[in-house]
Amino acid sequence: MSTSLRTEAGPYFGDFGGRFVPESLIAALDELTNEYGLARQDPAFAAELMELHRTYTGRPSLITEVPRFAAHAGGARIILKREDLNHTGSHKINNVLGQALLTKRIGKSRVIAETGAGQHGVAAATAAALFGLDCVVYMGEVDTERQALNVARMRLLGAEVVAVKTGSRTLKDAINDAMRDWVTNVETTNYIFGTVAGPHPFPAMVRDFQKIIGEEARQQVLDLTGSLPDAVTACVGGGSNAMGIFHAFLDDPDVALFGYEAGGDGAETLRHAATITKGRPGVLHGARSLLLQDEDGQTVESHSISAGLDYPGVGPEHAWLASIGRVTYLPVTDDEAMSALRLLSRTEGIIPAIESAHALAGTLELGKQLGPEATILVNLSGRGDKDMETAGRYFDLLDSGAEQS
Amino acid sequence: MSARTGHGMAPGMTSMVEATIARRRSEGGGALIGYLPVGFPTLSESIDAAVAIANSGVDILELGLPYTDPVMDGPVIQAATQQALANGFRLRHGIEAVAAITAQVNVPVLVMTYWNPILQYGVDRFADDLLAVGGAGLITPDLIPDDSAAWVAASTRTGLDRVFLAAPSSSDDRLRQAVDASRGFVYAVSTMGITGARGDVDSAARVLVDRLRAAGSTSACVGLGISTPEQVREILAYADGAIVGSALVKALSDGGVSAVAALARDLAAGARDIRPTS
Repeated sequence: MSTSLRTEAGPYFGDFGGRFVPESLIAALDELTNEYGLARQDPAFAAELMELHRTYTGRPSLITEVPRFAAHAGGARIILKREDLNHTGSHKINNVLGQALLTKRIGKSRVIAETGAGQHGVAAATAAALFGLDCVVYMGEVDTERQALNVARMRLLGAEVVAVKTGSRTLKDAINDAMRDWVTNVETTNYIFGTVAGPHPFPAMVRDFQKIIGEEARQQVLDLTGSLPDAVTACVGGGSNAMGIFHAFLDDPDVALFGYEAGGDGAETLRHAATITKGRPGVLHGARSLLLQDEDGQTVESHSISAGLDYPGVGPEHAWLASIGRVTYLPVTDDEAMSALRLLSRTEGIIPAIESAHALAGTLELGKQLGPEATILVNLSGRGDKDMETAGRYFDLLDSGAEQS
Repeated sequence: MSARTGHGMAPGMTSMVEATIARRRSEGGGALIGYLPVGFPTLSESIDAAVAIANSGVDILELGLPYTDPVMDGPVIQAATQQALANGFRLRHGIEAVAAITAQVNVPVLVMTYWNPILQYGVDRFADDLLAVGGAGLITPDLIPDDSAAWVAASTRTGLDRVFLAAPSSSDDRLRQAVDASRGFVYAVSTMGITGARGDVDSAARVLVDRLRAAGSTSACVGLGISTPEQVREILAYADGAIVGSALVKALSDGGVSAVAALARDLAAGARDIRPTS
């Protein structure tokens, strides 16, 4: 490879990206772009963030080799990057601490966030508590019901949770309402966006805050095995954990990269969230990317058992990496993900988030294709505590007495 | 009066929107611009309502195309456009509505639309179809001049108006860019926020219009939060046009076509004879 794929800084990644937002937001996006540019050059900013990661997030996160799980994947060597062990239970904290520090630097006192599964909302509420910022989290009403535990966590942390009742009442509508709030309150408010989507500078900035995952893991795998992995895998909703682990490997041509999208009932059905597999180019939430839409460009509702992947769009850098063939994106159904969730729980004593279980399910198939000589690094982006109600219902683990109490 | 035209306009093409605004200004008032969404409460009633407000003193129609993710819209317009989508709104209905309205009234008809529907319909195809039914141009709330090359080319080719937004937070450079890129008028966002009636229209609107004038605008219209004849009068004391949306949608929702026409008449009274003609 003659040119680096790691230097893309936006606003465009190939044909994807940009700033398709109301003019009212441009000043705030410009301010964020400039302040982030300055912060990137400032060693004190990086030092403060690294210190927080060391003493608060729990970084570097471990890698764990999982041979009993790998026995079901054709014998390939499988190594998990344990973002589930971070404070607040997922990779989301990496980005949120960076953006909260930036909020402090800009001098704003209020933050807003959107959330699907609630993991980004919990992380944002956590950072707001830590930095003494007011925090409002927008969450689709459907998601507040299926992720009630995370709603309680956010409220306990002092955040206000707004249940969004418009549209499909899920993540995409939560983003709409967060943007409306931002347009109205932009003077006092910073929008802590949770994924590598949205208008510039969010895709590049969120990626930069998440790329620590891959940078750590690349060295950890080298130290453990003496060589780079043959493949790196991650689940893809908006795509922040995947960009986070892929980025360090983009210029390693011998490392294959696989993103697993939520296939819901099956990518061939109408009920899925497989945006790259099935979507077309278009504009949603401020960026040109791939999205699930009808002939008229109306956004189509996505479906996934995993609230965190239930999004009809995807970050523009992923759309670009798909278009140039650097990353392969494949759908994984609800059933395949849930089966992998149970398998990891029973073979390794690690209960993954349903989101991350999509990456595990894809890896089981990939391992069989690559064979026993292969090493696969999987981003275990979050832990499954929040999903116990869904898993309990899915596997019929809750006895009726327990449900009634 | 020669209204400012954007870059690259074919010579000799006059914007009917600019001409209408200039005429109202020369008569000592300003233009009243009325927004209604296509397909609400039904396609045929939305056409009747648009014709009725045009016949009741609205100078320029702004027809909204319902979209699933309208980030600039407040609750009233969100509810109306969501209902239109649930009723089966299709983009071709937007073209049909413009055709039906321009067949009945002479006021210019601008289409207000988020960008993705136009992108999927085809920017050139939409421009051609809109021109063919007598539409005047597009207002694009989530398309900034920076990312608008395809639309600038299509509108220049067809002579359609392109209305970009200007916000109180916009830098002087960006205001100049909006003025230069726009044709028809520049949409001055009265306040930082989304659509919906407000008790007070921000004093920020007056400052913004002054800044747009300094940037060369001869056609600056103010929108967001305007719902009463008094507010229209207040705004037209300094701006070239006043844009009313949510209040009309609410009137249509609450009282049907006759109610929205009555509100338009009241608002139009606020738009006339404000300043002595010069």
